[in-house]
Formats: sequence, structure tokens, C-alpha cells
Amino acid sequence: MASIQINRLGKIYTGDVRAVSEIDLTIKDGEFIVLVGPSGCGKSTLLRMIAGLESISEGDLFIGERRVNDLEPSERDIAMVFQNYALYPHMTVYNNLGYGLKNRGFSKDEIKTRVDAIAKMLEITPFLERKPKALSGGQRQRVAMGRALVREPKVFLLDEPLSNLDAKLRVQMRLEIKQLQKRLKTTSLYVTHDQLEAMTLADRLVVLNQGRIEQVGSPMDVYNRPETLFVAQFIGSPSMNLIPFTEFQQSDNQQLLSHLPATTDILGIRPDQLLLSKPKEDALRLDCQVCLFEPAGAESHLYVKTPLGQDLTLRVDIDPQVRENTTLSVYIPLNKVHPFNQSSQRRTDIQ
Amino acid sequence: MVENNSWSRFVTHCILILGVALVVFPVYLAVIASTHEAGTFLSGTLPLLPGSQGLENYKQVLFEGRSRAGTPPLHTMLWNSFVMAMTITIGKLLVSLLSAFAIVYFRFPFRMFFFWVIFLTLMLPVEVRIVPTFQVVADLGMLNSFAGLSIPLIASATATFLFRQFFMTIPEEMLEAARVDGAGPMKFFKDILLPLSITNIAALFVIMFIYGWNQYLWPLLITTDPEYYTIVMGIQRMVTGADAEPLWHLVMATVVLAALPPILVILFMQRLFVKGLTETEK
Repeated sequence: MASIQINRLGKIYTGDVRAVSEIDLTIKDGEFIVLVGPSGCGKSTLLRMIAGLESISEGDLFIGERRVNDLEPSERDIAMVFQNYALYPHMTVYNNLGYGLKNRGFSKDEIKTRVDAIAKMLEITPFLERKPKALSGGQRQRVAMGRALVREPKVFLLDEPLSNLDAKLRVQMRLEIKQLQKRLKTTSLYVTHDQLEAMTLADRLVVLNQGRIEQVGSPMDVYNRPETLFVAQFIGSPSMNLIPFTEFQQSDNQQLLSHLPATTDILGIRPDQLLLSKPKEDALRLDCQVCLFEPAGAESHLYVKTPLGQDLTLRVDIDPQVRENTTLSVYIPLNKVHPFNQSSQRRTDIQ
Repeated sequence: MVENNSWSRFVTHCILILGVALVVFPVYLAVIASTHEAGTFLSGTLPLLPGSQGLENYKQVLFEGRSRAGTPPLHTMLWNSFVMAMTITIGKLLVSLLSAFAIVYFRFPFRMFFFWVIFLTLMLPVEVRIVPTFQVVADLGMLNSFAGLSIPLIASATATFLFRQFFMTIPEEMLEAARVDGAGPMKFFKDILLPLSITNIAALFVIMFIYGWNQYLWPLLITTDPEYYTIVMGIQRMVTGADAEPLWHLVMATVVLAALPPILVILFMQRLFVKGLTETEK
């Protein structure tokens, strides 16, 4: 168990390509951190730098009290689960689990005790004598987890470990990973591009974009108060509607907008906060054209177009009984909007 | 798909049997000839059934040789061939495995340059460089020695290239997992790469062994001492050895014995192929 301290970490590849820049992050002992972002945002690179598989170009990395910038992965006391599991195909599951221990000079008896305990915990005891190719995807995933857990590392690194599983198994493994981490209380870093995984697993979420941290916070904080336009659009599905001020030409709207911070020029609103009938509280009104209704049971979506041609998404519980190409009024409750500034890309109501 | 009627099956079988007969018949003749007396082969018509002299003929070539013609007993030549072929094979495998490992997994200056230099040597088989190589071996005093027989043939671009291609198909995560598991480079090589390459090693072993065993020109050039004759060149010595008529029945016995070890190697290694193919997976 250990905390991780990251100071102004950066990665520059040959040819002056910056993959990661100025990462500052403190991870508490036992915390479950999820790094999330679109592909190419540097989240995997950051994880691999912490693992020691990529060299660190600038900044400092501490695991516990130790500066580990120049240590080999095996000396950092970390364990990693790879996206494709990277199990050793010629070894049995037992040897796969025990290989790291063997290299560290553990005795045969101790390896057996540890491997048996982990196998029991992950319910892979029946497969110990099999080779990886004789296992299903979910079982391989467990073995990969086991190989990381068996060493009892200070830090547990997971690089999109669930992306090779089918949807049902993914949900199940997600739950198990969360429970396992709660029980073992090992500091964990988890990389994913799947925001549902990110939201459900994380103690704290780190949203990355273009090699920089956009926001750090608990999943609900990040969801409820996105600090940048990028986070606002990236977290939440369907993503947040962003409406520039130019859309609100009607005079009653203008009066309401003056309540927002002065630099605001773009409004964000979640699809489930948009209303089709006028609420009691103050609300902006837009007369939109209906484009498409997408019934999907509990979460049906209504797509509309504003007068200036901006697309909006509404989440509705019941069939609104509207026809395509008709006009209807959409209400935006003022207390639910997220005010942003287009040029700074940031939220405007931060004190 | 070709239609599977009895007529087409008959024709294809005829062609296949004809092909096999073309290849096998001379071998069969050699086996038959080696069991007859000296005169039978020369009389012009060779019987198609085994003769009675088989045992004596083999005993003679194996243990007596033809001292008059200057060829040693066959068992010496068989042993020499075996040592040469094994040294070349194991040497080639070791050198090429290690150089492919270096080229694929290490970043050092001029890495690609060295790779291409190794690759270019594919264009220089023994026969092309035989005169300068002879000069070097002679200057180093390695004529008439096992070292001289095998060392110049050990460097192998083919095997290096094949292992390089194979190593590049092993996912990089395998190396990273090993690094996280605390395996250094040589440990990774020994514990992960070698076991994964076992089928390739077996296949190359067969090819290289036969290559080494069938070396003819090179041993012919650098051995003058019968102690170091190999069997393939020994056959030639037997035919042209003395002014006397070649003893064809003995030559044939030698031929049969010379062909035996490669066949055994293939049969034995084939098991390993199959085993390796069914039990490992990338």
C-alpha cells in the first residue's frame, strides 16, 4: 500500500511529440483512481510511465516515499493488468501466477500458498493446471488479475482490462474488480475510455484530454459540476447539450440570462434536465423543430433543432406524442444550467 | 473442388504413384545393390531382389573401410559427419537466436544497419566465398579439424531472419509483463522466448542438420587426413579412390548408411513438431 505523488510529469517522444504534459496528481493510499479520456489523450502513456514501461521525460514520480523515476518496473513494487492479458501461453495458469514470485526468489511452498489463496479468491482453482488457450475470455481475465494480485503490490495498474470481454461479462467483472479493490484496499489506477466503467469504479476520476488533466474529482462531482467544456461533453451519455447565447434572442430570455456570471457565453444542459412543459422556476424557452424520436424503453431520446440549427437531445420518460417537423417549446431550467465561456473553455461560476 | 468420382481418383492416384516410384526406385536399387556381391552390379543386369551378401557388405564398410583406397572405416566417417552437422546446427541456432533477440529487443546504434548486413550475407553462400574462406581457415591452422569443418558454416542469415520475424509476432505486452514480473532480458529470453520458439527451433534444426550433413565441397577442400573425412565426401573418395574398379556394392552400402541419419532426424523431430504445434499458442 502506498500513496502516489506525481509532480509536473511529462512525456516527450522523439521528434518533439508531446504525449503527456504537466500532470500534477496526488493519489491517497488505497484510493481507486480512474484515468478516462478519448483515445490518444495520453491516459495509457501516463499509466505506463507510472508502471515504468515508458521512460519519464520530465517531472517526478513518487510511490510511497520513494522517487521511482529511474527504477525498473519490477523494482517499483507495482503490478499491471494488460488489455490483452499478456499471459504466458506456454505456462500453466499456476506457473503464470507464480512466475513473478519465482523471479523474486520466493520459496516453492510460499508460492504455492499464495497462488492457491489467490486462485481461491478469484475462483480459478479448477483451471490451475490448464494453459491460457484452454480458458475462456473471462477466465483469462481473472488469471491476469490474479497474476497481478498474487504479488501483493503497493500499486495496482489496470490498462483497459475489460475491453476484450463481451458486454455482460464486462458488467460482472467491473463489479468484481470494485469489490476486490474495496476488500484489498490496494491503491489502484485504472485506465478506460468507457465512461460508464469510469463512473462506477472510481473513487476519484481523472479526465484527460490532449495529454493534460481537465478535471479531477469524484464521479458525481465531475458529472454535476464539469469544470471545462471538454469534460461537460465527454462525461454523461448522451452528452450534454451546449447552447451558445446567440440562440436566446427573445427578450424574456435576455432578462434571465443577466442572472448568470458576466463572462458566460455558452450554456450546458443535460438531456434529462430539458423540459417540454413550462416549470415553476425560471426557465429559458427555445422553440425547436422535432427531428427524430428514438424510443428505447426507460431512456427514450428526442432529437430537436433550435431556430439557428443547433441540435439538442432530450431524454424523455414517455412518448411525447409529437410528429417530426412540428415545432415545440423546450424549457431550460435556469438552476440546472452549466455556464461556460467559449474562449477560455472553462466554467464561469467558479469562485 | 474437383469432383470426387472414381475415374478422377484413379488418375490422380496413378500420377502420385508414378511420382513416388520415380523418386523411390533409385533408392530401392541402391539398397538392393548393397546386398549383392561385387560383380553383380557390373554385370549389367541388376536383380530386383535382395542378395545374400548384405550383412558382410555392411560389416566391411562399417568396420574395415578400404585401406587400399585410403578411405577409413565408415563408422569414423559417420561420426565425423554427425559431429560436423550437430556443431553447425547447434551453432547456427545459438548464434541466430541470440542475434535475432538482440535485433528485435534491444535499441543500439546501427541496429538496422547490422540487420541489413546480416541479411546481405544471404547472398554469399559457402560456394561463393569458398576461396577466401579456405585461405582464412588455412591461415588459422584449422585445416583437418572439426573446427575448420564447422565454424565457417555456422553464421546463418536465414535462421536469424526467420527468428527475427517470429519474435516480432510476439506481442510486446509479453515483454512488458515479464518486466513487471521481474524478469531481466536473459531471463525473458530463456523463460518466454525460447519455449515459444520451440517449434521454429525444431523446424530449423531439421533443415540445418540436413544442410550440415550434406556438406560436400567444403569438407572435400579442407580435409586431407582420412581421420576427418565426412561420409558424403567419403563416397566420392570411394568411387575415385584407386585405380581399381569401384566396388559398387560397397559404395551402395555407404550411400544407404549416409542417407539414414537425416531420415532419422526428420522422423524424430517430426514428433516434436506435432507436439509443439498442438501445445503452444501465441
